[in-house]
Amino acid sequence: MLEIKNLHAAIDGKEILRGINLTIKKGEVHAIMGPNGSGKSTLAKVLAGHPDYEVTAGEVIFEGRNLLELSPDERAREGVFMAFQYPIEVPGVSNAQFLRLAYNEKQKHLGREELDPLEFKDLLKERAKVVEMEASFIARSVNEGFSGGEKKRNEILQMAVLEPKLAVLDETDSGLDIDALRVVANGVNQLQNSENAVIVVTHYQRLLNYIVPDFVHVLANGRIAREGGKELALELEAKGYDWIKAETQLNEASVPAN
Amino acid sequence: MVTELAKPQNKYHDAFRALRQSKPTVAWVELVRESAMDRFESLGFPTVHDEEWKYTNLGQLDKLSLLPSESSSNISSTDIADHLYPETVESHIALVNGVFRSDLSNTTKLGGVVVLDLFEAIADARYNKIVRHYLARNANYHDKGLTALNTAFLQSGAFVLIPGNAQLEAPLQITLVADSVEKSTANFPRVLVVAEENSSARIIEKYVAHGDVSYFTNSVVEVVVKDGARLEHSRLQFENDEAFHVGTTAAELGRGSTYNTTAINLGARLARHDVSVVMNEDGAECWVDGLYVVGENQHSDTHSVIDHQHPFCNSHQLYKGILDGNGRAVFNGKIFVREGAQKTDAMQTNKNLLLSPQARVDTKPQLEIYADDVKCAHGAAVGQLDQDQLFYLKARGINPELGKSLLTYGFAEEVIEKIGIESIRRQLDHIVMEQLHTGIQEP
Repeated sequence: MLEIKNLHAAIDGKEILRGINLTIKKGEVHAIMGPNGSGKSTLAKVLAGHPDYEVTAGEVIFEGRNLLELSPDERAREGVFMAFQYPIEVPGVSNAQFLRLAYNEKQKHLGREELDPLEFKDLLKERAKVVEMEASFIARSVNEGFSGGEKKRNEILQMAVLEPKLAVLDETDSGLDIDALRVVANGVNQLQNSENAVIVVTHYQRLLNYIVPDFVHVLANGRIAREGGKELALELEAKGYDWIKAETQLNEASVPAN
Repeated sequence: MVTELAKPQNKYHDAFRALRQSKPTVAWVELVRESAMDRFESLGFPTVHDEEWKYTNLGQLDKLSLLPSESSSNISSTDIADHLYPETVESHIALVNGVFRSDLSNTTKLGGVVVLDLFEAIADARYNKIVRHYLARNANYHDKGLTALNTAFLQSGAFVLIPGNAQLEAPLQITLVADSVEKSTANFPRVLVVAEENSSARIIEKYVAHGDVSYFTNSVVEVVVKDGARLEHSRLQFENDEAFHVGTTAAELGRGSTYNTTAINLGARLARHDVSVVMNEDGAECWVDGLYVVGENQHSDTHSVIDHQHPFCNSHQLYKGILDGNGRAVFNGKIFVREGAQKTDAMQTNKNLLLSPQARVDTKPQLEIYADDVKCAHGAAVGQLDQDQLFYLKARGINPELGKSLLTYGFAEEVIEKIGIESIRRQLDHIVMEQLHTGIQEP
């Protein structure tokens, strides 16, 4: 489904990703872990097409297409979804309006039927159950005045409505208490199936108790430093990131700069 | 009498003489008209040298030599019906070119509310006194040339009297139509609304055009909200693209009364709205809100004065502007807190959204406080669409053009949602969402 080859990306001229290689197949759950500043959030944003990041080398193939050639909204309509680490507030626009527009844009793109407000309301009510969200949130302005946990739940509600092929959860666990974490993880698990894939970007192993990954990739200094199964996450939890950082620095010191 | 032909105000002189012939009235109104004409002749149209008109140039209007019109027979009740809301089908009156038209009005659902041609009310012994007391009381023509001109051409208009304790269910719509099919004219609509003690009502003041040619609307609406009364006043300006619109709203609030007004300015080539609210009794409260939207070649100017003359009054003001193309807008908001007006709570905000680099807004919120125990705040902001919000919408598959419309709509919504009448809100939502980038007109 997704193939990332030698991906380099920079922000304000500073290189953050320095050669990422990653292959993701349908039905898989991948965790991207790593210390602060390792580039894991940058990877999520680059996949979503955030304008602040510049891809300087490499390629990303999504379902046979060059993802990097698509605008952010085209990517989303093709089925790439990023749950934001810091969801944006959009005053004056209700969740229901926002989601219906987004849903209909995708439907139109796929040549499927668009829904009117009443039809969409039914769909939204149904999907809101996935994240145990009350109907009152649907009428409120997008994320405005929402607590941290409510914002994250709202991201997963959007995922439930848009049914992406590839969902990238950017530190969705940050700022969540244990109950909210459970609700969010439950929601993701309900949406995950053999036809889609999930990338969980996280600093902590905690979320991975609930969303169990098939593969864990550890980023350090803009590269994948370690890869393994779900055990790797437990190892990191026990030992911290320092040993990986130290290992990476050692390796880089011994390799002359290209 | 002044006879120099070079003076622009002389264009109106002959018309004024003709009016006095064709529409004679009672002595005190003759006197008002005459003294207003005198004031106009000495003041003329304001120029950009006048501090209050610094950014709004009426030069083009002055050149047009538009003369006062008669009512027109071009407008039918079907034309009026196009501009009504489901809530007002049986509670509306029409002024065509400023002239009251009972044949185009339907007051079935207005119960005990008195709705008359202002000129008839003047001649009616039951209402003569109240009209005399309030007409030209809040809309001062002594130092405002345009108000003077409107007052000089007083010949019709609407008089609305909401009796004490009346609770008006249906909103009253006043549709002010300009017949602009072929002839360019100057129209001087005049409205006097008196909401008596402890009454409660909603009024809609809606400006529309029938036709495409240029015209001049110079309207004056005076509102009196007596003790304990509640009035909600929606002012919708949908003039055509060629119109020059100058409008005055002058309100006076009694003890413990509330006045909630929202002005929506969408139409006209050049629009100016002067709104003033005087709180000259204790414990009154007002909301004076508005939205102006300007596109290519449009200019909109709002001047607001909220005058706290007595203690324990609250005022709330939110004005928002959306500017596209080379559109220009002006917001000038003054709040006066007079000596002795303790425990005043006044809040004023003006926010502007620039959708194009050629758009320009001049905003000037002003507070003048002469009391020491008050709570006052004001602020102004000018900005563009938020790039983070736009990216968020794109990341959900919404194309950038639609995303911009949605964010613009979201910006306007804070004002639109203040209007209590649902079908007006829906109409405005539709305009902001669908038509903003293709030119504003009433759907």
